[in-house]
Amino acid sequence: MKGVRHFPGFLAITLVCLIVLYAPLLVVTVYSFNGSTSITQWGGFSWRWYIDVFTGPEAPRFGLAARNSLTIAVLAATAATIIATAASLAMVRGGKFRGRNASFALINLPLMVPEIVTAVAMLIFFTMIGIKTGYGTILIAHIAFCIPFAYLPIAARLQGIEPFYEEAARDLYASRARAFAHVLLPLMAPGVISGWLLAFIISLDDFIITNFVKGAGMETLPTAIFGSVKQGIKPNIMAISTLMLLASASLVTLSWLINRKGQRSP
Amino acid sequence: MANAIEIIEVIKRFGATTALESLSLSISDNEFFTLLGPSGCGKTTLLRMIAGFEAVSAGEIRLFGQNIANLPPDRRPVNTVFQHYALFPHMSVLDNVGFGLKMKGVDLAKRRARAGQMLEIVHLSAFADRLPAQLSGGQQQRVALARALAPEPRVLLLDEPLSALDLKLRQTMRFELKQLQKDTGITFIFVTHDQEEALTMSDRIAVMSAGRLQQVGTAREIYEAPNNRFVADFIGETNILQVEAQPISQDLTRVTLPGGSTLDLPAPPTASGQHSLSIRPERLSLDPQGSLTARLEHVVYLGTDLHLMARLADGSPLVIRMQNSARTALPNEGEEIRISIEEGAARLLAD
Repeated sequence: MKGVRHFPGFLAITLVCLIVLYAPLLVVTVYSFNGSTSITQWGGFSWRWYIDVFTGPEAPRFGLAARNSLTIAVLAATAATIIATAASLAMVRGGKFRGRNASFALINLPLMVPEIVTAVAMLIFFTMIGIKTGYGTILIAHIAFCIPFAYLPIAARLQGIEPFYEEAARDLYASRARAFAHVLLPLMAPGVISGWLLAFIISLDDFIITNFVKGAGMETLPTAIFGSVKQGIKPNIMAISTLMLLASASLVTLSWLINRKGQRSP
Repeated sequence: MANAIEIIEVIKRFGATTALESLSLSISDNEFFTLLGPSGCGKTTLLRMIAGFEAVSAGEIRLFGQNIANLPPDRRPVNTVFQHYALFPHMSVLDNVGFGLKMKGVDLAKRRARAGQMLEIVHLSAFADRLPAQLSGGQQQRVALARALAPEPRVLLLDEPLSALDLKLRQTMRFELKQLQKDTGITFIFVTHDQEEALTMSDRIAVMSAGRLQQVGTAREIYEAPNNRFVADFIGETNILQVEAQPISQDLTRVTLPGGSTLDLPAPPTASGQHSLSIRPERLSLDPQGSLTARLEHVVYLGTDLHLMARLADGSPLVIRMQNSARTALPNEGEEIRISIEEGAARLLAD
């Protein structure tokens, strides 16, 4: 069979795709090092916008937003991972129970529902039950939509673990809980870690839902960036975006590496 | 002798299908006992019920007199050697072997000493700090054995533990397993579909098929005196002939062989009419005065042995096994041969 490279137009289509996907990121990254205040004209290499991010007039606002984003992402990812681990144990190891297919659909539904619908629904829900929007509502919303993202790698990992390891542990006098703690959890760890990292990034990066449920005066990094851009794009936004890109890319890479390492040893 | 395991009218159902039908069995203390049968016969299910991984649908499983059928696996003093070893991949060999003791609450110094001692028994002391993935299949097998024996179980269960090893290693391991069983004095319950494994190691063998016990006995008993057609066919090779049986006294039955000659066998007087007669190929010999006449179809050369494939007058095939010797004068293929049956070699079977 001929390789895919031999299809007519392969190179052209590939280039178009790559440019559409990555040229904007490249432009943002390059212009974050721009020495001038213009966002279109190159004024020589400089760190000034990075320094501006941390010390400039908008630094306190971005600093607070970044802190909110990070603490919410850590808490939401952790809660979502715990729930997703429990869910995957039930789904993969729980045998056939009534409502298993329905449960699977419910766990993964947030991936299919348009985000704007979830956002509106959450806002209405919080208003109806009378919770004041703010840090807490963002956290609850983030936990909810992070669950399926944490669930997928954890369940995939668990499916790859033969049930005889737990049986061996039970056979060697481990209670259910200890068999889980000493044998199953260490074997699941690569999936759990990569589920956590995925949930963390998804939370860190979320804008639409956060924007709806954040309430007045509460900002996360994405909403703060959006607020700032509304008054015109300044080069410091490019520096923040580049920093976030770097953080996301490193975490995704880390998650991928951990998963690959886990796959090699059973 | 005390019974290590008593299985009393145990039934196992999976949904609508019955995997085991009211099975009763006693296994003595210090016995090397084998459950033998083709895949799907229920032998592994029975083993898993003794271990506690499968619940019994009805009946009792007694371990030294105590009913354990409703205890979880971690509360049963029996350990298992799994078919795929199931060594914990994230723990060193030493930690694997010490795991059972750790769960039992034995302190670190004691369990390290005991695990070290077990590794010595299986000749793997040098590998204590390795991970299971760094060992060969045979070495992993020994670690699995050491791990299961370290907590000093009252009964050791082995689920086809040799099936993943190559032939040479399998033969060595058979010997070592048997020796280990004698040295430790622990009752071994061994599951296999390999009759040679069963015959060479076991004190007693239970032959199973379709969720039922077919016969329980020593290797010699089930080989020489199979009590039904399945056992005769499954254990070793055999010739099955259709014969006409007629009781002639309280414990003697006369059977009419294909070709018309007769043979008197010790058999209960219930045997009358059409029956299957089993004769092992090595109990037949070429003999000009023999009672059976057959046509030699071809000769299969097996090195130490020769198999003569013949056909009787009624069309049923007959295999004769003889030792290969330079002095053996062989008839030509296509020739008529006469065959004699060794005294006591023929056995009437229940179908």
